[in-house]
Amino acid sequence: MLAGLARKCFRRSLWVYHCNSGACNGCDIEILNILTPYYDVERFGIRLVGSPRHADVMLLSGAVTRPTRPLVRRAYEAMPAPKMVFGIGSCATGGGCWFDTYNVAGGGAQAVPVDYYVPGCPPRPEAIIYGVALALGLVDKKAAPAEMKQVEFPIDAYEQNRAWQERHVIYRLLEDRH
Amino acid sequence: MWLTSKIKQLLLVLQPGTVTLKYPSEPRPAPGDFRGAPTWDHARCIGCGGCANRCPARTILVRDICQEIRVLFYDGSRCTYCGRCAEVCPEDAITMTDRYELATDDRNDVTENLELFMLTCQRCGRCFDLETDNLLDRLDLRGYRYDSLQARTVLRRTSDRFDAAVLADTEDYRRPEK
Repeated sequence: MLAGLARKCFRRSLWVYHCNSGACNGCDIEILNILTPYYDVERFGIRLVGSPRHADVMLLSGAVTRPTRPLVRRAYEAMPAPKMVFGIGSCATGGGCWFDTYNVAGGGAQAVPVDYYVPGCPPRPEAIIYGVALALGLVDKKAAPAEMKQVEFPIDAYEQNRAWQERHVIYRLLEDRH
Repeated sequence: MWLTSKIKQLLLVLQPGTVTLKYPSEPRPAPGDFRGAPTWDHARCIGCGGCANRCPARTILVRDICQEIRVLFYDGSRCTYCGRCAEVCPEDAITMTDRYELATDDRNDVTENLELFMLTCQRCGRCFDLETDNLLDRLDLRGYRYDSLQARTVLRRTSDRFDAAVLADTEDYRRPEK
């Protein structure tokens, strides 16, 4: 639904506003990297703008620290109505190493509603392009939660062991001797 | 004079051709030494919790829901992909893959959940005798752990033997409000 809405609202181009909320500059360098001719994101109509009032999308990097939290909120509220937030990097996604530190809000979702997450520390430029292409509906989502279980149960192992002992008479002979 | 220099410049620019990657339409594999999302081999994992102890972002949570079943939960949203878990794993159950296309609109998509069967000593309920009267040793305790999987936080609550009271106490743990 969100992808369809994004395709409808942002058909022409996305103007992005880069908001650093206390990042270490790793993600910021990667964001600047995707604007270079090598990873040319102007193919998708993406342009970096300096003011949130001109922007459709906020690229949020960094775990939101306590001093920047109201500023991030203000920048978000200054953006015109069909707006999206991209959490770039592990810090904006879940808080990174500082998810429960006293002066960190713990991820971009604590300050503003984040629509798309791009995990990585820092994410590769391709990963950011992939996230943008995912929002535009150009590619399919590849990440999925994994659940794994060990199928052996100790009681079963005990029963298997007993069946094995019954098949092999040597154990019975040993028991008889005792 | 200026015209010849301009023509020279134009020829120089034309020489490299197009350098832009056609990334989302064409796959772009990561370089060989790239550390992407870690994966667990549940058949190999012995549930020692070494990865959970070493993780700097504390992404790996361990909860013993009963004496026999240990749940190992990997929350990739704040993972920094440092590879220390793969380094310390004694059974080489963790491998760092080269997957980086992890962008998602749901934070649960980058999680892994392992259910492991643990065997306990029939006499003492532990694998080996550990010194527990020393507080420094207690910090290093790798016995039963009671992290909160719902709040996705590590709880410094471990015990040398399975404790139903601690399990009930940590069931609905909430992170303190900031």
